[in-house]
Amino acid sequence: MQLTNRAKSVDRRPLSLMEKIYLPAIFKGMGITFSHIFKKKVTINYPEETRPFSPVFRGLHILNRDEEGRENCTACGLCAVACPAEAITMDAAERLPGEEHLYREEKYAAKYEINMLRCIFCGLCEEACPKDAIYLTETFAPANYSRKSFIYGKDNLVIPHPKENSDAFQKAKGLIDERKEKAKQEKTA
Amino acid sequence: MNSILLSVDWALVLEKTLFIAFIISISLVIAMYTTYGERKIAAWIQDRHGPNRAGPFGLLQPLADGLKLFFKEEIIPNSSNKFLFILGPSLAMITAMLTGAVIPWGDKIEIFGRSISLQIADVNIGILYVFGVVSLGVYGIMIGAWASNNKFSLMGGLRAASQIISYELAMGIALIALLMTSGTLSLGEMVRQQQTGGWNFFIQPLGFLIFLICAFAECNRTPFDLAEAENELIGGYHAEYSSMKLGFYLFAEYINMFISSAVMASLYFGGYDIIPFYDESAWGLSVNTMAVLGALALFVKILLLIFVFMWVRWTIPRFRYDQLMNLGWKGLIPLALFNMLITAAFILFLRK
Ligand code: SF4
Ligand code: SF4
Repeated sequence: MQLTNRAKSVDRRPLSLMEKIYLPAIFKGMGITFSHIFKKKVTINYPEETRPFSPVFRGLHILNRDEEGRENCTACGLCAVACPAEAITMDAAERLPGEEHLYREEKYAAKYEINMLRCIFCGLCEEACPKDAIYLTETFAPANYSRKSFIYGKDNLVIPHPKENSDAFQKAKGLIDERKEKAKQEKTA
Repeated sequence: MNSILLSVDWALVLEKTLFIAFIISISLVIAMYTTYGERKIAAWIQDRHGPNRAGPFGLLQPLADGLKLFFKEEIIPNSSNKFLFILGPSLAMITAMLTGAVIPWGDKIEIFGRSISLQIADVNIGILYVFGVVSLGVYGIMIGAWASNNKFSLMGGLRAASQIISYELAMGIALIALLMTSGTLSLGEMVRQQQTGGWNFFIQPLGFLIFLICAFAECNRTPFDLAEAENELIGGYHAEYSSMKLGFYLFAEYINMFISSAVMASLYFGGYDIIPFYDESAWGLSVNTMAVLGALALFVKILLLIFVFMWVRWTIPRFRYDQLMNLGWKGLIPLALFNMLITAAFILFLRK
């Protein structure tokens, strides 16, 4: 029974004299391997060089702050609901008087954790967020020895404060803007 | 008693001892760096970079490898024959080093008015000595394989033994043709003959080809690495070995490669001769300069031959066992006999 017509019949004729001597074929092969010595190497020297990411790459998350350094997240839980991997957990808390410089909304996330081992980096949390608070970046989780270390808390997620570390803040903002730009392009395309 | 001690040429003993120590360390260092070269060349041929992390260009990689082997756990299988198990790698290592004794590494040098020959022992049957020691090399593999008490190892040892015996025949016959043209068994004398005239390679190209193929087989290098055959015999004769004993086996392979390249360079490429068909003494350089230049020329030739070993290894896949035996017995031996007859006929014809 013939399932496809891709089948090729195998050449089972006995070797000809030229083939039996082996040497012509061997020299030809050696020529090929020798030319490969001078070919461009495909290896990327990883820590020094990195491969460029694709424009839609989704890596580790960050939690955004506004220009005054207040956290954007209002602990609405939409990201956690949207997350197909159930990687996000959070505890909400009410902003007390005098904490206005810390949190932008009246309710904030006292605890916000993403389990990077559960996360599938689908980016749905980013799309679900109404407060411009969560974004995926172009870094990936570094290797580690314990499972616990892959549960990222607010200390790992929230971007630097604009007043305490303005350079790092500007950089993070730049990345977020870049990301928004890319998302816009993707939508129009 | 005193007269015996006095009659010994102590300077000669000292000079030979130093030279032996020097040659052994050179062989070890070269073997170490051939492992590096092997990995680099393998990588380049496969479009990779090869080791480049330990030191500049990865030059410290062999040291790191050696250190790793030393610190690995020594495992001697319970069911093995312990004495033979240790004897195997030692024998492989010793026989690998022994051959270096008769290779002329250079011409004479003169120090303090003494003329020192750069050859450990100019035995007048040098080439027979090489053959004897090389055939001993298979005992290292066989004993190790048998002592491991492992079926795969035993298979590897069996293959190694039958392969080396088969290919030694063709090698010997190819060499007989060379002996007929040079008329001597001494390696030193053979190299001296090639100093002024052409290299033996131009007289015996077919002989060289046969010798080269057999050298691959003797060194257990791909395409004839049936004794190891990782994918059929999980490492073959050294499957049970670990730590530095494994290191010795691997090391012996590289020393063997170095020494057989040296033998081939001496036999077919004029040893320490710099330019073929040309008498270098016309340059009028001092004896010592010539000796150094000659030794350098020899090392360049050896390194090129080692490169050929590696180049072939990363080009050709392993032969199947029946193909190996067919090639050896039905291909190479008749070819070597043919070569011998042709050479004999030529000598008879030209001498008349
Ligand atoms: S990227 Fe996807 S899986 Fe990861 S936390 Fe966001 S929604 Fe969940
Ligand atoms: S990150 Fe956005 S979606 Fe998630 S809880 Fe905070 S505000 Fe809501």
